[in-house]
Amino acid sequence: MREIQVDVLVIGAGPAGLAAAIAAKKQGVDSLIVLEREDQPGGILRQCIHNGFGLHRFKEELTGPEYAQRDIDTAVEMGIDIRTGVTVLSVSPEKRVTAVSRENGLQVFQAKAIVLAMGCRERPRGALAIPGTRCAGIYSAGTAQKFVNLEGYMPGRTVVILGSGDIGLIMARRMTLQGAKVLACVELMPYSSGLNRNIVQCLQDYDIPLYLSHTVVDIHGRERLTGVTVAQVGPDRKPIPGTEVEFACDTLLLSVGLIPENELSAGAGVDMSPVTSGAVVSDTLETSVPGVFACGNVLHVHDLVDHVSNESFRAGEMAARFARGERREGREIPVKDGRGVRGVVPQKILLDKENRGVDLMFRPDQVYRDHYLTVYADGKALSSVKKMILTPGEMVVQPLNEKLLDACREAGEITVAITDEKAV
Amino acid sequence: MYDILIIGAGVTGCAVARQLCHYKAKVAVIERAEDVADGASKANSGIVHAGFDAKPGTKKAYYNVKGAKMYAKLAREMNVPYDPVGALVIGFSDEDRQTLEKLYDQGVKNGVEQLEILERDQILSLEPNTNPAVTCALHARTSAVVSPYEMTLALAYHAALNGVEFIFDAPVSRIWKDETWHVATAKGELTARAVINCAGVGAAELHNMISDEPVRIIPRRGEYYLLDHTVKCPFRRTMFQVPGKMGKGVLISPTAHGNALLGPSAEDIEDGFDTATTRQGLDFVLDKCRLTWPQVNIRPVITTFSGVRAHPETDDFIIGPVHGAPEGAFEAIGIESPGLSAAPAVGEELGEMVALSLKLPEARLVKPPVPLLKPFAAMTEEERAEACRQNPDYGRIVCRCEVITEAEIRDAIRRPVGARSIDGVKRRTRAGMGRCQGGFCSPRVTEILCEELGVSPLEITKCGGESKLLAGTIQDIAKEAQHHA
Repeated sequence: MREIQVDVLVIGAGPAGLAAAIAAKKQGVDSLIVLEREDQPGGILRQCIHNGFGLHRFKEELTGPEYAQRDIDTAVEMGIDIRTGVTVLSVSPEKRVTAVSRENGLQVFQAKAIVLAMGCRERPRGALAIPGTRCAGIYSAGTAQKFVNLEGYMPGRTVVILGSGDIGLIMARRMTLQGAKVLACVELMPYSSGLNRNIVQCLQDYDIPLYLSHTVVDIHGRERLTGVTVAQVGPDRKPIPGTEVEFACDTLLLSVGLIPENELSAGAGVDMSPVTSGAVVSDTLETSVPGVFACGNVLHVHDLVDHVSNESFRAGEMAARFARGERREGREIPVKDGRGVRGVVPQKILLDKENRGVDLMFRPDQVYRDHYLTVYADGKALSSVKKMILTPGEMVVQPLNEKLLDACREAGEITVAITDEKAV
Repeated sequence: MYDILIIGAGVTGCAVARQLCHYKAKVAVIERAEDVADGASKANSGIVHAGFDAKPGTKKAYYNVKGAKMYAKLAREMNVPYDPVGALVIGFSDEDRQTLEKLYDQGVKNGVEQLEILERDQILSLEPNTNPAVTCALHARTSAVVSPYEMTLALAYHAALNGVEFIFDAPVSRIWKDETWHVATAKGELTARAVINCAGVGAAELHNMISDEPVRIIPRRGEYYLLDHTVKCPFRRTMFQVPGKMGKGVLISPTAHGNALLGPSAEDIEDGFDTATTRQGLDFVLDKCRLTWPQVNIRPVITTFSGVRAHPETDDFIIGPVHGAPEGAFEAIGIESPGLSAAPAVGEELGEMVALSLKLPEARLVKPPVPLLKPFAAMTEEERAEACRQNPDYGRIVCRCEVITEAEIRDAIRRPVGARSIDGVKRRTRAGMGRCQGGFCSPRVTEILCEELGVSPLEITKCGGESKLLAGTIQDIAKEAQHHA
């Protein structure tokens, strides 16, 4: 089969793929193709019609589609080749990519560099093994959001939401505004996994109760959902007998976690992190497969699209440089999760002359108040920064500036930890 | 007026219907649900049992062994996923060894070929993830796995292709006979020369309407975990434990699609249509699985489900003319495990029995089955390219997890006995059977169903009846809310 030669191939035209493509183009790459499985670029932002996007990057409050449109407009002005309605089927370690579309059937691309930007998916009911019937009326929050915002249909009238992830919170407000009654938002953990601003603006402003340390233990209804049983959970997260309460509802929305969609990455032989469910990358966003880069929610699930864009600009730039034969030489030093830290990205830092600083991103493993973020090189504390509050719902972005990086140059490994005392 | 009405479109009813295609007859299958395989046929272990479990001389033993021997050819003809993986029944004590030897003897008497007793080292070399405390096992090489709902669908397609009518959403309320048989259904009253009761958990009720020799069928629910097939099943074979009073016990097996299946529990319940899962049932399965697989890991679980078996009080299948009923009534009831394994044989023999009794003339032409399409996911690169050239709808991936194309979904709806619901599409194509469980594809599948069936999205159901996906347009619901306020 004839192969289409391309310097940089970007998989996905959501915010990550668009930013990567723009950055690659700015590097002067002409042979650049973006493949998108949906009919329009923009990714999940297309259905996020609420505002709050772009505060960091544009210093304004945009809706999801507005945010996406800015990158789409830039990409179009730059003449970037975005091909929609094309689904990538496989990526090989040799960077041979097969894709399929209605217009062109099966196509094979041979790329010099690839940017993986496929985003993430929602954890479904089945993955939680919630007992009960398997009736209609149970949706992941994002699927419900698509029905409401893109198709114009309401999944139901009376709603319980399990999980307090951001999409669930946004949908609590959206369904309420559209005439549904949201009875409760039920969260297994003793804290919410969503952004605090969403708890306030989406639940509290509409008097929707948030039940922390609770979960759905049974689902009722033969054909369509008629209700759910909610129970309190103990510190072991197991339901406490006798605390069960029934809610009569026709809809259960699940917002119980997002999982990077890495089936293609696995096929390419990319090393994966069991903590982030994304690729293991260096601060260049390069994976274990040379010339294959990853960014955005396929790498690790972000809270803010602004961070996705920033990360992806770097991935696009590095992919372009790789494609034109540039290789950065230097020692790679691993970055490890210390106490209280989950899924630090990048997992490796390339210590070459060019490197002037790195943003370390991770989530705390629980809620911490008045704790310190401490960076260690081979066990020696280099910096310790006080944080009023750290919660799993908000990703921490901790810059490692040039001075700190210099202090690491001889170290065997860097560790990030949450400490209750100032270590330096 | 029909020649024959078959009640129940499970694997047994569909196998009987298919057999009757060999005769000139007007045949209909009446089904209470909106699709075939809605009961036990869609929710079971999917095992084609070798046939050593049933007591020699029982109908279970006879039909199991005969049916199992028909499967490989049948599955090939129909292109139904089938894999002769083999099975091990593992034991941990001298007592277990005695039971396994008894099963071995029983199997030999039943006519099962290629049985052998294995010792610990042999077991661990065949299946390294087995509990190292294992001491012995019965190895049944002829045991296999099959996709049970796809087998049922394939039988139904073939029957429909040869003129058998399928009447769905038609629960039967009454059966009686005057000059002919009368069957009152939710879709109206039908008449026929003969009726065949293949109604699964609902079969005793129908039997007792027409016979003065009542039977009792106990609904016995079994719950399962299904794991994602991107994580390799820890066992290559079906792994049974030594059977107990309630059945064959908890197994771990690869499915015909390569998922790992864990289950079932066994619980007698009142309502045969109650397929809810329970915390106790699921915990029971997990607990029992540890004996086979001490490192049991259900992190890749994609769904849990339950099925209800029609357990006959007599513990054996009831197959043939209905005792104590007027002439022209037949049945295949109490079909619990090994009912899937037995279905081809039950279909053949019961079909022939009814045809003979009605003196049906042989059909001049029996159309051969149109095999199920080769799934896009299983095609080579060249085959995929060619499929897209033939039909551009192959170029549109609808279900990302299982790589299911729009062409396959449209075909599933257009086929005879086509899909009419989200679950109908899922069973025929696997769209929605993967990791995201339909999160991404269900809106698009809804759209395609609307286009093909010419209905509004508000009419699309998950699985028929009142299982509607959507409550209304955003305008309708907003107006309704204002009205209430």
